[in-house]
Amino acid sequence: MADNDIWVTGIGLVSAAGESRAAHLAALAKPEPAALDTTSFAPFPLHPGPPLELDRQIPKKGDQRQMEPWQRLGTYAAGLAIDDAAARDLVAEMDLIVAAGGGERDIALDDSILAALAPLPPEAAAVKLNEMLAGGLRPTLFLAQLSNLLAGNISIVHGVTGSSRTFMGEESAGADALRIAAARLAEGSSRIALVGGAYIATRWDMLLLHSAGGLLRRGAWAPVFSRADEPGAVCGTQAAFLVLEAAAHARARGAKGLARLGLVATGQARRSAADPGHTAVAQALQHVAPRLPEGPLPVISGCTGVAQPTVLEREVLGGMHRPLAVRAAGSRFGWGVEAAFPANAALAALCLAEGAFPVPMEPLEAPFPGPPSDILVTGFGAWRGEAVAHLAAIPAEEQA
Amino acid sequence: MTRDSKTRPAVAVTGIGIVTPLGLGVADNWAALCAGRSGIRRITRFPTDHLRTTIAGTVELPNEDLSRAASSQRVTRYATLAAEEALATAGLPVGRFPGPLMLGMPPVETEWATRFALARRAAGATPTYPVLVDAAEGWQEMYRKAAFAGPGETLAEHFGTRGAPIATSTACATGATAIQLGVEAIRRGEAEAVLAIGADGTVEPESLIRFSLLSALSTRNDDPAKAARPFEKTRDGFVMSEGAACLVLESLEHAKARGAKVLGYVRGCGEKSDSFHRTRSNPNGEAVIAAMRNAIVDAGLTPDAIHYVNAHGTGTPENDKMETLGMRAVFGDAAPPISSNKSMIGHTLSAAGAIEAAFSLLAIRDGVLPPTINHEEPDPAIALDVVPNRARDAKVVNVLSNSFGFGGQNVCLVLSGEPA
Repeated sequence: MADNDIWVTGIGLVSAAGESRAAHLAALAKPEPAALDTTSFAPFPLHPGPPLELDRQIPKKGDQRQMEPWQRLGTYAAGLAIDDAAARDLVAEMDLIVAAGGGERDIALDDSILAALAPLPPEAAAVKLNEMLAGGLRPTLFLAQLSNLLAGNISIVHGVTGSSRTFMGEESAGADALRIAAARLAEGSSRIALVGGAYIATRWDMLLLHSAGGLLRRGAWAPVFSRADEPGAVCGTQAAFLVLEAAAHARARGAKGLARLGLVATGQARRSAADPGHTAVAQALQHVAPRLPEGPLPVISGCTGVAQPTVLEREVLGGMHRPLAVRAAGSRFGWGVEAAFPANAALAALCLAEGAFPVPMEPLEAPFPGPPSDILVTGFGAWRGEAVAHLAAIPAEEQA
Repeated sequence: MTRDSKTRPAVAVTGIGIVTPLGLGVADNWAALCAGRSGIRRITRFPTDHLRTTIAGTVELPNEDLSRAASSQRVTRYATLAAEEALATAGLPVGRFPGPLMLGMPPVETEWATRFALARRAAGATPTYPVLVDAAEGWQEMYRKAAFAGPGETLAEHFGTRGAPIATSTACATGATAIQLGVEAIRRGEAEAVLAIGADGTVEPESLIRFSLLSALSTRNDDPAKAARPFEKTRDGFVMSEGAACLVLESLEHAKARGAKVLGYVRGCGEKSDSFHRTRSNPNGEAVIAAMRNAIVDAGLTPDAIHYVNAHGTGTPENDKMETLGMRAVFGDAAPPISSNKSMIGHTLSAAGAIEAAFSLLAIRDGVLPPTINHEEPDPAIALDVVPNRARDAKVVNVLSNSFGFGGQNVCLVLSGEPA
């Protein structure tokens, strides 16, 4: 079996900071959150997405109409990544893994049904529900929000047809998508892959789920490590796709790498006294630790601000027994759920390519005198799932 | 020899579990399938007033009523039953599975019962979304039912699988994708064993209406057992159904080392996605054909070594056309028999790829081809041996199992009696 070096050769990023590499580099240089909306979904502060010129990546209006916002955002970001990697002519062999959301509702229809049926006895409500749904649901809505149809639309709009898999499972889906795409490239069963996800924060139907999980911060915005008064996540619209390839494949076509993707490890602890959540990622970190340079270790953290995983992450990183320069990506861009881990890996790749690192936003974020040679990306899911990735800068002499 | 013809670890199946509308367990399901029995019935789980389709395949469990459960709870329950049976067959304990969970499942979400419950919690206030969100705050049971990770988390805990469970969806190919992910993890040496499950439980009003609005469902409500008619002239759509199947996958080396009985092999996996349309294949059939060919090549075989094809066979005019085209392109004039389990169990959606892989292994084990029932009026455009109406004895070593999904996600598996 081959054991290939894997490069990130393209990223497509969309967030409250805007789109493209430049917008995100600019956001990382400022000690403040990207766009913030504290009123539209009060009491929940949110980071809304930027307006997009959809035509640039989804040229057919017919295609745009067949998608709800989440699919459009993801399809758009996937196109940005393919362009960034200059890989348009490789889409037919590209292996796709999407970390999917879905579940977008017709809010007006739901509201009208509930208003009409909530007062009725259950038997009568059930009969009337059939009638209102059969008459009220848009036939196109089903596929326009269906989880595997973001991948389907990426195939249709961008022609990505190597293989197509969709993972579901909040943050873990994004981390495992990256891990499995990288594993297939490493063994040589895949030559080029497109991996990522998307999340639309500005939706009541999404807030409903996270609220039930007790995962949301209410009230005033605060940076991620300063939320002890009201622990929880601040959601952010986000989409991220990465083009990954074997280094030899990239060199052969004259493509430059942004960063080398090393270890990607995932786990799912019970987060109970017996299984607190340290083991899997802590072991992975021990494995990678000897390969990291001395000095403060740059970390792009996916910390959500939810109480328990924040403590777990602090304990696991503390267990490395070395100085750290941690940056919570969520303080700038919010929590992007399925998109979060791919987005933070893409941000790390961007930092390594540009010799940049986010400026601190709060006291816990120690100064880092860049440029970084290695970055750890963490993803301790708000509810479940732990993940870590190691990305490293590619020395100039190794580029094509 | 524990490696396949490409020197990868051979992937053995040492446990099978099946739950479908035909029954609970491998023995009952296989007997019913070979007898040509239909599991399709009139829906009693919820009122069917105002619905164009009032039939489905629903799993009925003894002493257990899941009709008021959320879809995700049915998914979890069916998956649990299938996996418990598979582990018992494999001789592995529940609670300490030596590898990861690959779970094929449908997308899940907050359902109407929960919305009504939230409206009651918010007593008095007009139940708009902001009010529901407030009423939901911290209701963790609701989160577990509606989060994508919920079923996998519950199953991983119950079965003691290792690592983060993977929940995957490739529409109607989902169950096959779960198996493929497991095969790949074993071939990579990342796992010695994988618990691969495909499960679905979405026979509930809104899901039925959504499929109905796509004009995908049969409306032959008057005679439910006759409604699913793949490869037959009068077919008019698929019948929604549910269930689960679990395969215990192990590297052959691992299975041998612990003295496990090998039931068969997953010898090849092939996939190819289509870029043509959200619900239709490219009329030239290239993606379907490539997925079938890729699986056969991955198995180290040539088309003439395939003895039977377990069809995707949904019973939609579109699938009949494309699957026939695929069969002709891949096998030429010497196409092997092909039959559709869906003629009896309906379309179990996210479970289908796994259930049909399990039935394919049983066809190999017993040398029996399950029939395609309801074959009354042949369609002259379908010049295939669809094993009409009656099961048939046949020597079967290699089976191609097809799964073609909405969104152009096509996955084919080669199940075999031989590792290479």
